[in-house]
Amino acid sequence: MTNAGDGSAPFSCIISNTMDFTPHTEAERKEMLADIGVSSFKELVKNLPIMEEDLKIPSGLSEGEMVRLGHELGSKNQAAPRLSSYLGAGAYEHFSPAAVSALMSRGEFLTSYTPYQPEVSQGTLQTLYEFQSMICDLTAMDVTNTGMYEGASALAEAVLLALRETGRKKVLIPRSLHPDYKTVLSTYTSESGTQLIEIPFKDGQLDLGFVAKNLTSEVAAVVIQNPNFFGIVEPAEAIAPLAQAASALYIASVNPISLGLLTPPGEYGADIAVGEGQSLGIAPGFGGPYLGLFACKTKWLRKMPGRLVGQTVDVDGRRAFVLTLQAREQHIRREKATSNVCTTTALIAAGSTFYMSLLGKQGLRDLAYQNLAKARYAFDQLTQIPGVRAAFKAPIFNEFVLQTTTPVETLQQRLLECGVVAGLPIKKWYPELENASLWCVTETKTKADIDFLVKTLRGVL
Amino acid sequence: MSTSRRYAKSHEWIRVEGTLGTVGISDHAQKEVTDVVYVEVAKTGKVVKAGDEATTLESVKAAFSIYAPVSGTITKSNLALDGDPGLINKSPYDEGWIFALEISDPAELDKLMSEEQYQKFLTSGEAAAHH
Repeated sequence: MTNAGDGSAPFSCIISNTMDFTPHTEAERKEMLADIGVSSFKELVKNLPIMEEDLKIPSGLSEGEMVRLGHELGSKNQAAPRLSSYLGAGAYEHFSPAAVSALMSRGEFLTSYTPYQPEVSQGTLQTLYEFQSMICDLTAMDVTNTGMYEGASALAEAVLLALRETGRKKVLIPRSLHPDYKTVLSTYTSESGTQLIEIPFKDGQLDLGFVAKNLTSEVAAVVIQNPNFFGIVEPAEAIAPLAQAASALYIASVNPISLGLLTPPGEYGADIAVGEGQSLGIAPGFGGPYLGLFACKTKWLRKMPGRLVGQTVDVDGRRAFVLTLQAREQHIRREKATSNVCTTTALIAAGSTFYMSLLGKQGLRDLAYQNLAKARYAFDQLTQIPGVRAAFKAPIFNEFVLQTTTPVETLQQRLLECGVVAGLPIKKWYPELENASLWCVTETKTKADIDFLVKTLRGVL
Repeated sequence: MSTSRRYAKSHEWIRVEGTLGTVGISDHAQKEVTDVVYVEVAKTGKVVKAGDEATTLESVKAAFSIYAPVSGTITKSNLALDGDPGLINKSPYDEGWIFALEISDPAELDKLMSEEQYQKFLTSGEAAAHH
């Protein structure tokens, strides 16, 4: 809205037909770039994989020629499900019913924006409220927000909360925590003098003796990942009393599918449950967009980041939904806000809500069971092959680590030629584990698929 | 010091009894802030200098810092505000008190405004600058 500006009557505002933007001047751009310490915008974004000029496409192609070129290039990609993939490590292949993507592609969900105006956003708000309710149910926690960007930053936010609230500097994290989560955590805490202390693993599980010894009153939080990066189920119940004794927060990073069978974090005394919601019906899609889960006890309600949808009544007493407790957020509290997160993957949260409603409680239980049973079958069959052994004996969910006499890179190549994508080599992060690879088996594999893998692996060793 | 209130430019009042000061926000402030929905419990034992943030208050509109009008050590918080944060709006000078502190330097009270000075301050242009 612009006003008349000529000093005429106060209410003679003119609503202009076009919104006048005030773009940066070239001089302002130069000043900002100089302040950041780069010479050009291109240099600023040089870490992004592709810029327009790098696409080697001849100019002047017709649409038909372009489509044909696209097909040719695309056919060079091989993707699951054409290949039988046994990759996991934080991005999982699960079957998602067609209804999920059909609903997600509806305009009302696909292009709706942040529901700051509840009068026109009841659909979005109700969906997110249902999402929150389901995640609370799944994790046995009191409150959930509408999601963080993904699992790693959700964990980082939980750790920041613990650091803020306790004023302490140390955090215990498992060595068996997902390497990318460790990197993100390290980035988030890099400037604040925080000390991240690694808990070693024994037979793939948390070394409880180490935890007991090092969980002192200097520790803000102890973090576990359950199942951990190796696919192993942790003795999660043993941590709570140790955390309580030190008045440290207990943060659990969980796999939501596993909660169909495993004890939820709220029941083993965790303060905050975080995790990656991608496996709830969202395609692996090159690594994103994903869905950070963040749930906690009521105690931390006013300290938690992210958006919260609440249920209330309108002036006529009808049920309505709104964003609530917004005073925690940065658009109100600025530098005192609980976080600087400024958006959310609401569409992904909606998708996961559709998925969870289609599965239902029993469906999720059955799904978790299938994952567990099939992974166990694969594990048992594969470890019987000469030249293949289990890295750990501890109980697993749907992933496990194998060590082979043949170098993993050789195995990868040979298996790929047979249409199988082998488990992820993990030497880069765990040099102490020789020729180790991480394998994932979800409900998408049939017994025949697994038998084919076993037969093929035997053949290429 | 009498039981009359003295005011900071940031709209907190303090009422002193011996070396103990009780702090809240003025009627003007509670109107500006509108419906208070939450008050953070000020940490007992926290040492504050005059002008330091003692605690925060949230209304339906925004979050606000509550500053210590004088230096001291926080002794207690009004726990009644947990169940009824609206006490600040209903009774800003009495039941809506926010925290109490042990005053370390009584001379600082002289830098605060009297009731009369505060009322004058509100009508001057300066009041709008402090929140």
